[in-house]
Amino acid sequence: MSYLQHLEDQSIYIFREAFANFKNIAMPWSMGKDSNTLIWLAKKAFAGKIPFPLVHIDTTYEFPEMLAFREWARKHYEIDLIVIINEEARKRGVGYETHDPVTVTHELKSAALQQSLGKYKWDALVTGIRRDEDSTRAKERYFSPRTADNEWEYRDQPPEFWGQFTTAVKPGEHVRVQPLLDWTELDVWEYVRREGIPIPKMYFAQNGRRYRSLGCWPITKSIESSVETLEGIVAELKTTKTSERAGRAQDHHERNAMQKLRAKGFL
Amino acid sequence: MSGGIQIPPAPHPVPAGYEPAFFPERQGGAGAAGGPEEPRTRIVVVGHVDHGKSTLIGRLLADTGSLPEGKLEAAEKASREEGMPFEYAFLLDALLEEQAQNITIDTTRIGFRHEGQSFEIIDAPGHREFIKNMVTGAAAAEEAILLIDAKEGCREQTRRHGLLLSLLGVSQVIVAVNKMDLVDWEEARYRQLEREIREYLGGLKISPREVIPISAREGATVMRRDSKNLGWWKGPTLLEALMIGRAKKTADSEGPLRFSVQDVYRFDERRVVAGKLESGRIRVGDPVVFFPDRKTSRVKTIEAWGEEKAILEVGEGRCVAVTLEEQIFVERGHVGSLPEHPPVESREVRARIFWLDSEPLRLQSPVQLRLGTQSVEARLVAIDRVVDAEKLEAASEAREEVGRFEVAEVRLRCRRPLVYDAHDVVAATGRFALQRGPRIGGGGIITSAEYPASLARAVTGEHLTWTEGRVSQEARAGHFGHEGAIIWLTGLSGSGKSTIAVALESLLFRRGIGCTILDGDNLRHGLCADLGFSLEDRAENIRRAGEVAKVMAESGLVVISSLISPFRKDREAVRNSCHAAGLSFSEVYIDAPMEACEKRDPRGLYRKARNGEIRGFTGIDSPYETPEHPDMILHTAKESVEDSVGRLLHHVLALVQLKEEDRESAGGPGGQI
Repeated sequence: MSYLQHLEDQSIYIFREAFANFKNIAMPWSMGKDSNTLIWLAKKAFAGKIPFPLVHIDTTYEFPEMLAFREWARKHYEIDLIVIINEEARKRGVGYETHDPVTVTHELKSAALQQSLGKYKWDALVTGIRRDEDSTRAKERYFSPRTADNEWEYRDQPPEFWGQFTTAVKPGEHVRVQPLLDWTELDVWEYVRREGIPIPKMYFAQNGRRYRSLGCWPITKSIESSVETLEGIVAELKTTKTSERAGRAQDHHERNAMQKLRAKGFL
Repeated sequence: MSGGIQIPPAPHPVPAGYEPAFFPERQGGAGAAGGPEEPRTRIVVVGHVDHGKSTLIGRLLADTGSLPEGKLEAAEKASREEGMPFEYAFLLDALLEEQAQNITIDTTRIGFRHEGQSFEIIDAPGHREFIKNMVTGAAAAEEAILLIDAKEGCREQTRRHGLLLSLLGVSQVIVAVNKMDLVDWEEARYRQLEREIREYLGGLKISPREVIPISAREGATVMRRDSKNLGWWKGPTLLEALMIGRAKKTADSEGPLRFSVQDVYRFDERRVVAGKLESGRIRVGDPVVFFPDRKTSRVKTIEAWGEEKAILEVGEGRCVAVTLEEQIFVERGHVGSLPEHPPVESREVRARIFWLDSEPLRLQSPVQLRLGTQSVEARLVAIDRVVDAEKLEAASEAREEVGRFEVAEVRLRCRRPLVYDAHDVVAATGRFALQRGPRIGGGGIITSAEYPASLARAVTGEHLTWTEGRVSQEARAGHFGHEGAIIWLTGLSGSGKSTIAVALESLLFRRGIGCTILDGDNLRHGLCADLGFSLEDRAENIRRAGEVAKVMAESGLVVISSLISPFRKDREAVRNSCHAAGLSFSEVYIDAPMEACEKRDPRGLYRKARNGEIRGFTGIDSPYETPEHPDMILHTAKESVEDSVGRLLHHVLALVQLKEEDRESAGGPGGQI
């Protein structure tokens, strides 16, 4: 069996285990390549019908194409989509114009998620994080418990082996379910290519630049590239020595910024 | 709160009628035989704390040019800021605590590529406190590098990690003797350690592929040879050994079908059975028997969302979803198999377990056993031996509990039947996790399993499930002061079965033991009234008697069954079925010569058979198969009834009486036997 096939099957297994073990699941969804791979895998896992809602945390700094993609996908995949905005923080004036990226990311993403966890009482969230994105994500579990305060107790993570995961939570707690944990950026692209998964056009070069990773527009930089095909992206990634999230300002604002963000609920 | 950032110009809006990027020229989907990607091997690096695991991984990444731009420089800068000499470990230890204490707390996975092969390295912590993280990392690996400090030699975690690798099924091991620079690159020291580690791993049935002298810090024999210092080493470098290992790996042959059901979906008109092929292959049209209910249906379709062509066959390791021809009851936790190679279904499990939780696992304390998608409550009923990781010998004293980080050979009893395999028959259905409360506390591999000789007739189309009572067998035993059991008397008509059964019953009863007689003739008046004396009917008669005996024994009684039961096959089937239910079964052969029996002829049956009034009479015109390995033989023609019954009583008491400590732990009344 090819490694890509192994990854697909492992992800499908994780999806189904989550659905069988939790009562109230939701899947944060950001319209990027990882998110779209997740949708594709969920469709396969559940024979064409995703049996839980998707959640878009709209920071109000979304690229217009991503919002257009969101509306297209809502119909195309027949998904139940919940859109969340931290209106309270926006009213307080939290924004990239006035605040540093770590604060804005925490308020408009993590805090927004935290608020909806309280409202919707989700006991499991399916995320698209991967180990190769960041060195703290490299230490994650497939089923990673979070406290009632949405915190990650990375000092004492439960053991996980032979497809047996942490499936019990106390009221108020939830588990992050991470089907793409073992995938690399290259694996995602190889899979998008193998399966023909529709993705936003921003990943392909326009006027000599393209986006490798997509976040809020004020803090997401495009890279120099002339790549216009999936084959081109795969080839480019095989030779690059720049990390995927190099263009994401909040990760690099200070040393260990990601660990601090993630310990407090950031995906 | 610091201020905002320089905001770039806002992006342009998107015109109406948006469509994303589509790829009609897709590569072939899941049906495609192989992906375009490189082969990838998952390798865990284990060993005692401070023997240099993170350094070795950092070295591998740096030498193979796998570090992202600026990563090495950033790590060097970080170590300057911390006021420490540069450590390759800084590349991996991402958590603040890890960097500050210079130890790895949790596993990290990191990929690297070299000459067309791809590797995923799992860095496992070596500190004793973090063994649960080491297990998490190692369980995901196909190969392991076991690291030993040349100066310190084999230490506690070196051995424990070796022992855990053997339990986790990671048999592909390369040993790296690290820090050769600290022992002046001495070959003699290397040879000594090589002997030592080969001997230890040999005791675990692990034969390391290579034992390589290296220095991760100096970069010797990791990717590059060091002819100046290690000129005497003619073997491969570590990287060469990894590459060769990958090339040598052959495709494992597929085992018997084990389809673990994860769920049954009814999102539309279809009823889809979703699960994983732990082993074997499934095809449209295959008759699949679902355990533990043993109902059979043929596979109607295999789901193929996103595929261009229908899927007719899927192999080992894949997740599938199927629809079935017949509407049989199937649910999460069921295991599908083909009729010719069924799994074991039993309440008793013999296993080698490891325990990770700080609170020990005690005898008789409940624990959740999770195997594939099954989850059943189980109890540890016996600790046969605890393995000393130091010497791999059994600890001598009797044990009441398995402590943290210990490995033990045990017996577990489940509250309802578990479907499983021996680990060396099907690895994926021969291993389990043990969970107490919300957390996984340990795991184990199943060391032996009694496979049924043939599969009982499967039932189709009925909604049968296993109903679980609240009173466990252990609680009953505690209450009655003894365990239930089946004493199966077999022998010719007139051999003395009934006489012995009646005498044994009163002796047991007088000792406060709940017991009853199950008499073959009596059964034929009611439960088995529809059966004759053909081979099939005799087999069915014994099967029914066995099932009744089981129900009574499970409720706590000592059942004395008194049936001729002439055929070995039928008696064996009852024995297996009782063992599967976790019940004691004793076959007692009532041995009396044919002539003696015929002379006794208490019911005048031999006379009738000789006259041809009865057909198919055992001993006259139907055979009696003598037991090959009875648990006891009573020679009723040679010894008195009192002697026979006395011996039998002794045997039964030993079988059902609780040991002193069991009685205390069971805490019930009784015990005054």
